[in-house]
Amino acid sequence: MKRLQRALGWLAVAGLAAGLVMAFGVAPREATQGNVQRIMYLHVPAILVAYLAFGVVLVASVSYLWGRAAGADRLAHASAEVGVVFTSINIATGAIWGKPTWGAWWTWDARLTSVSIMFVIYLAYLLLRAMIEDRERAARFAAVLGIIAALDIPLVHFSVYWWRTLHQPPTLLRPGSTPMDAMLVAALTINLIAFTLLSAYFVAKRVRLLKREQEVLA
Amino acid sequence: MSYARRTWIVLWKDLLSERRSKEALNALFFFALLLLFLFQFALGDERERLTAALPGLLWLGFILSGLVGLGRAFLAEREHDCWEGLLLAPGDKSAIYLGKVAGNLLLMLLVEAILLVLFAVFFNIDLAAHPLRLTVVIGLGTIGFAAVGTLFAAMTAHVRARELLFPVLLLPVQVPVLLGAVKATEAVLLGEPLGAVGHWLGLLAAADAIYLTTGVLTFDAILEA
Repeated sequence: MKRLQRALGWLAVAGLAAGLVMAFGVAPREATQGNVQRIMYLHVPAILVAYLAFGVVLVASVSYLWGRAAGADRLAHASAEVGVVFTSINIATGAIWGKPTWGAWWTWDARLTSVSIMFVIYLAYLLLRAMIEDRERAARFAAVLGIIAALDIPLVHFSVYWWRTLHQPPTLLRPGSTPMDAMLVAALTINLIAFTLLSAYFVAKRVRLLKREQEVLA
Repeated sequence: MSYARRTWIVLWKDLLSERRSKEALNALFFFALLLLFLFQFALGDERERLTAALPGLLWLGFILSGLVGLGRAFLAEREHDCWEGLLLAPGDKSAIYLGKVAGNLLLMLLVEAILLVLFAVFFNIDLAAHPLRLTVVIGLGTIGFAAVGTLFAAMTAHVRARELLFPVLLLPVQVPVLLGAVKATEAVLLGEPLGAVGHWLGLLAAADAIYLTTGVLTFDAILEA
């Protein structure tokens, strides 16, 4: 188990290195945005990995309520933490990209808004966990919230989308709307794989740590 | 004892204790009145500004009084050591949840009615143009709020900093409901038919269904000691 984890870590390192080379060396300079666009190789994988992590939280939460296995609870906890970290990376890099491109760190555009709402929902999830001393009770309550949070994501998505688009059609740049260069897609894919490995490594590490913590406290 | 009967008993118990103590309702009425003062001070006298912000203010009022009202939904059980009573109640625990949701829903609808009257009187706004449409929107928005609020109130009843944790849990989850409710209320107050806000009503109904179903399915896990 431990060796598997270490292998995962080294794979993630290799993937990240390859991702860096692809992002800065191989992928072409974007015509209109210039080098600023390269932040996309961090920005996009981060949010996709975060969504994946929140999906894991949902599955682990349901499974915890079903079978009450402590392992499922630890998995949910670790995934939520990793998801929050990657969401904040996504928001931070988005702001850094937005300043030179849009001229503002933040706009209340549909995607920004829905990601930030998702961010606060999962922050609340972690807060709930932190504020309940009894481990078993924290696990049960967090599992319920983990399910509600995941089911809330589509609601948030639609509500924010309608809220924004019925008011003003999106006039801002949309990276996905133009056909992308093959090298650009390759750089993005490699970074996505690297980030997935990295997050899996983080989750595995965190699960182990949580287990140790609980063993010490028990 | 049938499921419906057990739900009714929980609801009836809460209504009776509220009717006798009038604890929540008196305080909430006063709270709603104070909110009106705050809104007036925050926005000033200009009628246009008030009218433009009205749907948002209305729901802000509902949500804030809801936070105060729902936060104490399980207070009686906790303080008077009746939690065990809930635990010992026979049969499916979700009946207790539905009874509590129904009680909270009634309480909130009552406070909302009071707030609507206060708004109509003090801000001189005609809210009675389309009472049926307004009722549909407010009803759909409030069901979701009460459903998830009751669930979180039960969760936070045993937590040290529950006054803090309850709004912190509830508000982020409620953002889509709030957004839909405000937009639909805005349209209704402008005299638009319900069909024009069909997508928002659909969203509110979906939220209600999701929260109620999750609540019914998971309440058992929350109630455990």
